[in-house]
Amino acid sequence: MKDQRFRIANREALIGVGLVIINFAIWFGFAYGLGSTDPENYTYVLGFPAWFFYSTMAGTVFMIALIIFVLKRYFKDVPFDDEEEKL
Amino acid sequence: MIHWQVILPLVLFLILIFMIGIWANTRLRQSDSFLQEYFLGGREMGGFLLAMTMIATYGSASSFIGGPGVAYTKGLGWVLLAMAQLPAGYFVLMVLGKKFAIIARKFNTITLIDFLKIRYQSDAIVLLSALAIIIFLFSSMTAQWVGGARLIESLTGLSYTAALFIFAASVLVYVIIGGFRAVALTDAVQGSIMVIGTIILLVGTIIAGGGIEAIMASLVAENPQLITPFGAEGDLTPLYVSTFWILIGIGVVGLPQIAVRAMSYKDSKSMHRAIIIGTIAIGTIMFGMHLIGVFARPILPGIEIGDKVMPLLTLEVLPPFVAGFVLAAPMAATMSTVNALLILVSSTVVKDIYLNYVKPEASETSIKRVSFWTTSIIGLAVVLFAMNPPSLIVWLNLFAFGGLEAAFVWSVVFGLYWKGANKYGALASMVVGMTSYIAISIWWPHVFGMHSVTLPIVFSLLAFLIMSMATHRRVQPFVLFD
Repeated sequence: MKDQRFRIANREALIGVGLVIINFAIWFGFAYGLGSTDPENYTYVLGFPAWFFYSTMAGTVFMIALIIFVLKRYFKDVPFDDEEEKL
Repeated sequence: MIHWQVILPLVLFLILIFMIGIWANTRLRQSDSFLQEYFLGGREMGGFLLAMTMIATYGSASSFIGGPGVAYTKGLGWVLLAMAQLPAGYFVLMVLGKKFAIIARKFNTITLIDFLKIRYQSDAIVLLSALAIIIFLFSSMTAQWVGGARLIESLTGLSYTAALFIFAASVLVYVIIGGFRAVALTDAVQGSIMVIGTIILLVGTIIAGGGIEAIMASLVAENPQLITPFGAEGDLTPLYVSTFWILIGIGVVGLPQIAVRAMSYKDSKSMHRAIIIGTIAIGTIMFGMHLIGVFARPILPGIEIGDKVMPLLTLEVLPPFVAGFVLAAPMAATMSTVNALLILVSSTVVKDIYLNYVKPEASETSIKRVSFWTTSIIGLAVVLFAMNPPSLIVWLNLFAFGGLEAAFVWSVVFGLYWKGANKYGALASMVVGMTSYIAISIWWPHVFGMHSVTLPIVFSLLAFLIMSMATHRRVQPFVLFD
């Protein structure tokens, strides 16, 4: 007999993997995409070099917002005890 | 001599931690399942507690002392590297997730090894895992203990032995009498101090440096490489920095002291809240502390020893009483890592060795006695070793983090999600992961320009897959977790 709760859990684990890949892509893309030029040519946002601002600051805020959205939208509440499941 | 106003908040902090231990002990006396209460806090943690115990266990002295010191010499590139730790806030809880929590309840598992035992039905795996946890984490604990004592030594001017005694007494008492509940509750206080301390110090540093633009300008004037992703010497390659995602972002799933927390929370709502709180907290600490290290450079130029950057900066930019509060943060980080390791090593000895192989029929009263004594003896042994750390311990500690990750990550992940995973695959991945990690760290630490943990994780993955598939006729697919 399949436990339906594990189907939900499997899906959520895959979402976790997906989030890490997105996180890595943002982090890597902005850091080395904008940061690889000569420091003399850097543009600045709020006093920080643009690569740094987008990769570590805006990227982190975006990830937190995305995680909150994903949790509210796709993560399900399931009971943990077998007794509750039978009710 | 350091002002008494700096020391006062540290003393208040220790008193508060002490009282939590006593309160947790009263809960322990009322509990009807001693093992579950002492080693898992009765699986009652809510979202805030779960998030804080995760990040406090994960964040150690290196996040507050060592890391900022490196950032001071390397520049913004090291802050970039530190941000690879953001997934530690959400990835472990999502990947182990609800399946791990449900199975842990169903089979009443107390330790990570309990889980592996049920999944793989192999004594060899239980014994090898127990040995790895005891050896590696004992060493790691000793090293953290030395760090904690050195920190008190430098803040108060006491002798090393006296500092070690204060640190040991404050941690040992609440862990021994209060168990996991005391560990988690003190982690909540310690984790909060870590987050608030980071924010205060970051603000203080920016003000002392005359604003972000002024700080950036003086960094550029000194060495423009300091504000690139490649580090002051240009030695941080994208490949090297990226492989840190494997060590400090993803491999963390295999750390027993983190994984065990994923079986100790109350319900799925707690997990959802913990992911949000934990990610925000870990992001704040890692970003803030490492950026502080870089910003310290124009304010206090010419510091030779990296570990002194954060304490010196704090005393420089903050008024004494506030500085004392902020300096409680690295102490909290050290204590909260040490206490998790102590209760984990103790649970391994009691639950995985004693109750499995020495005296399975032990009564509740004797389990209680054995648990208290085991925790006390391990704790005192660590103090003894920390007095004069043997070089073997120092050496083993270097391999603790990566060695355990390479050993456990695939056995846990495939054990949960792949029916075809079997004991031969798990055993092969543990042996290959641990030995290749130690070998690479010794002989070839920057293999192909990557962090030394990268290849062992790949090797142990291959060993797991190949052995499980080669032996699939000998072992029935595992269906209990479906």
